[in-house]
Amino acid sequence: MKYVVCVTQSPDTAELPKVTVEQAASGNEGVALITNPWDEYAIEEALRLKEKQGGEVIAITMGPEKATDALKSAVAMGVPKGVRLWDPAFAGSDALGVGKILAAGIRKQGDFDVVLTGKLTVDGNGALVPVAIANELEAALLTQVAKIISIGDGKVTVERLVEEGREKVTAPLPVVIAPVKEINEPRYASFMGIRKASRAKFEVWDAATLGLEASAVGADAAKVAWVNLNKPAPRSSQVVLIEGESVEEQVSKLAASLRAEKVI
Amino acid sequence: MSVLVWVEQYKGAAIPISWEVMGKARELADSLDGKLVAMVAGEGVESLAQEAISYGADQVFVYEDKELDSFRVEPYAKLLSDAAAKAGASVILAGGTTRGRDLVAYVAVQNGWGIAPDASNLRLEEGKLVATRPVYTGNIFADITFNSAVQVASVRGRSFPLPEKDANRSGEVVAGDASVVIGAAKTVVDGMEEKASGEVSLTDANIIVSGGRGVKGPEGFEPIRELAGVLGAAVGASRAAVDAGWIPYDHQVGQTGKTVRPDLYIACGISGAIQHLAGMSSSKVIVAINKDPDAPIFQVANYGIVGDLFTYVPALIAELKK
Repeated sequence: MKYVVCVTQSPDTAELPKVTVEQAASGNEGVALITNPWDEYAIEEALRLKEKQGGEVIAITMGPEKATDALKSAVAMGVPKGVRLWDPAFAGSDALGVGKILAAGIRKQGDFDVVLTGKLTVDGNGALVPVAIANELEAALLTQVAKIISIGDGKVTVERLVEEGREKVTAPLPVVIAPVKEINEPRYASFMGIRKASRAKFEVWDAATLGLEASAVGADAAKVAWVNLNKPAPRSSQVVLIEGESVEEQVSKLAASLRAEKVI
Repeated sequence: MSVLVWVEQYKGAAIPISWEVMGKARELADSLDGKLVAMVAGEGVESLAQEAISYGADQVFVYEDKELDSFRVEPYAKLLSDAAAKAGASVILAGGTTRGRDLVAYVAVQNGWGIAPDASNLRLEEGKLVATRPVYTGNIFADITFNSAVQVASVRGRSFPLPEKDANRSGEVVAGDASVVIGAAKTVVDGMEEKASGEVSLTDANIIVSGGRGVKGPEGFEPIRELAGVLGAAVGASRAAVDAGWIPYDHQVGQTGKTVRPDLYIACGISGAIQHLAGMSSSKVIVAINKDPDAPIFQVANYGIVGDLFTYVPALIAELKK
């Protein structure tokens, strides 16, 4: 089995509120970047599948030089190798473009059975890239995966979280899987892994290597643009602390306020 | 030029978010001077066509086949594209549920159309769609503009009010040809373990009662559940409570869980970490019950009680039962 994990960088979640609209618009957030937290579940699951079933794992990222850090953290967790896809022509790609580029990288690296991606990024929040990759690769798509029940014989059976409950689904390989948090608990990087990551070198594949027309990706090919960014208005209300002589009086006042607000 | 809405259904019953979307889509279609077209697919879904008309559709494409019984993205995407072509749609919308988000994303990438996922508002500027959506986990809102002839969006639940139903409206029902998608599905749905009946889903709920670290254990969710039962509310939880194993993950509200925007959110024993606030701070009214007067949850709450949830939640239940 060959497992390909797509990873990317995102702002540290605790830093998200500090990102200004100017920084978000420029794509240069000016805050600490980490591996997108959702990608860690994908990395962990790839490693577990490999440990259980054998096979190979490779990490792929798309981005300029600094994106190397996302590959390094995958290596630190135990992924043996990684590749970075970058070309100035890739800059400004929308999610469809990113999906095309990653799909080209996945094809380029050879055979694959399972592609794992984060379910979304904590900055873009689109959850579009796994869909775009599956479409490009003509692979089955499994989002919201909470558990891989079995894999082998050219197919995978998983449990997905949907609104009504837990759906059991079987898909043929190759497949694109976007896990939810419940799937596992990502491991910490090991000391050996961190040492290995610090020395790791990664190949960089550009548009020509990937056989991508520069005009098919990047800002000019983007089908959407983000404009007019703004911070949500802070909640205007000052908290009304409900006090009283007794617990009963307090809850009675609270209930009256909620009835006046017409929310109960 | 028309606006096309996917009517999501489960076991033949429409998912209400589809009608919320339909209400807004009606406005957009009127501004564009175009038709509002609905698309429904499944098995035993014919009655939904009339329901779609009563919620504002002028025309409904119905794809009926037992192959469409369980939602699978590939055949549904093919049919939605088919309906879009027949209807001459310039805007395609769906509710931002798990299926809705997958479906319209798939349709968009397949056709090379722009997409705004999880939009919280929609408007037209010079006949083009502009979708507002939260990014950076709700810390920033961006307007999405489109550079494609067809503009696609999924819509976050409870962004638009449920429109009035008018049983006297009339519209055209078109039987679509579902045979084109036989064999298109890559996956097989082996089964579904449904949630306990009567459990209100977080994303649809008008009221959510949530518990955090302060509930202290799985049994601590009992009063939370009881209050939710009295209010007809969904039960939520903070990451701390989920990570401790006190309640399953599908109850988690926040950055790594669900984003919710109910009319009323009652946070019990939740301190209000940034990651939790990201998932619930757009609720209309927030009530916080917490022992710690300095808990950040009080900074976003409209009403607060400083005290022990195990004292106040049972008292509130008794009060509401009066």
